[in-house]
Amino acid sequence: MGLTAPEPTEAELAGVSPNFLTTRLDALTNWGRANSLWPMPFGTACCAIEFMATAAGRFDLARFGMERMSFSPRQADVLICAGRLPFKLAPIIRRIWDQMPQPKWAISMGACASTGGIFDTYAMVQGIDTIIPVDVYVPGCPPRPEGLIYGIRLLQKKIMGETMTDPTLRVEHLVDDRGYFLPPERIDEISEPFGNSVHQTRSA
Amino acid sequence: MSPASSVAALRAAFGPALLRDRVTCGDTVVWVDASRSRDILAWLKDTPGQEFNYLTDVTAVDYRDPERPLEVVYQLRSLARRTDLRLKIPLDKSAPLEVDSVVDLWKGADWLEREVFDMFGVRFRGHPDLRRILMWDTYAEGHPLRKDFPLRGHFTRAEQTRQALAANPEAHYSIEELSIAEAFDELPEDVRQRLAKGERGYVK
Repeated sequence: MGLTAPEPTEAELAGVSPNFLTTRLDALTNWGRANSLWPMPFGTACCAIEFMATAAGRFDLARFGMERMSFSPRQADVLICAGRLPFKLAPIIRRIWDQMPQPKWAISMGACASTGGIFDTYAMVQGIDTIIPVDVYVPGCPPRPEGLIYGIRLLQKKIMGETMTDPTLRVEHLVDDRGYFLPPERIDEISEPFGNSVHQTRSA
Repeated sequence: MSPASSVAALRAAFGPALLRDRVTCGDTVVWVDASRSRDILAWLKDTPGQEFNYLTDVTAVDYRDPERPLEVVYQLRSLARRTDLRLKIPLDKSAPLEVDSVVDLWKGADWLEREVFDMFGVRFRGHPDLRRILMWDTYAEGHPLRKDFPLRGHFTRAEQTRQALAANPEAHYSIEELSIAEAFDELPEDVRQRLAKGERGYVK
């Protein structure tokens, strides 16, 4: 589904090394990227309300260069999944992620997007990191706008540390041709019940 | 006419098909035999003095006791007489769960009955388009609101993720797109001209 790219060979890895020019260029591009992140809001639940509050006047996301909500994935830089993700939406968020051009990042906003939250049921994806790669997880149920802004600041910090001499930076792989982004046993492992819900067995 | 007199009239008209009746929390509930349910509902809708012309909801209840029958619930309202009546159809779980559809009486029953079919597996005889409505068409785990359905579903999380990702999200919309294309000739002239110019991608 568009996530495959060839592995870099040893020769390619050896051919690039950080020098004065690339590091200066890195600093410039990263500065530009980090301060003009256009979010693709993927709001499915109450987190989206907090996200709207973040974007509105009082918290004013535009201060951080997120001037424009990009409701088209083709013009977006960061996918913000705000809310729980049912299995029915899983292929849709994957399609949107695939449609976003590189460089791109993802923020998982709130407990449900990050872990499934209280929705440990037949219908819910247990964390969007089983579907797409996630850069920043914002905890909370829902997170306050300050929390989301902190997550965005963390993402900007992460972007500032990127370097073009790392050829593996934007490489994404599906584990096989069945569409898995993570190995199946890893999905089962991170979807295990936790907290109070461990008392419910699968057969009960 | 009060709900109680509806019960008396039902008993006079249908006799033993009215299994029992009860007033609970101010609501009148009648249990009727599945084989006569459609006759009774049609009688309640069309008989002068009853006129239950609004079908508020169709749902079902699966009780934890496996011996107890599953009940399909019709919530009726007479808008003219401002009164409600709840009608329950017990279905023995050892036999195939089937009742007659009432889509030809109340058109709004279409999606409500599809939802009961999706969630409980009750088949509605004579329904024009009985398919899943909440879960996707290829959902293979069963009917989630049945008491014998485990909370997290039958399959592993990895298998659920694989099946969800294998679904083609655009397949859901193709039917709508198709109906827009089919309805092209019935659209107003100005809309047709705008569409023909390719504004939405339709050229005819």
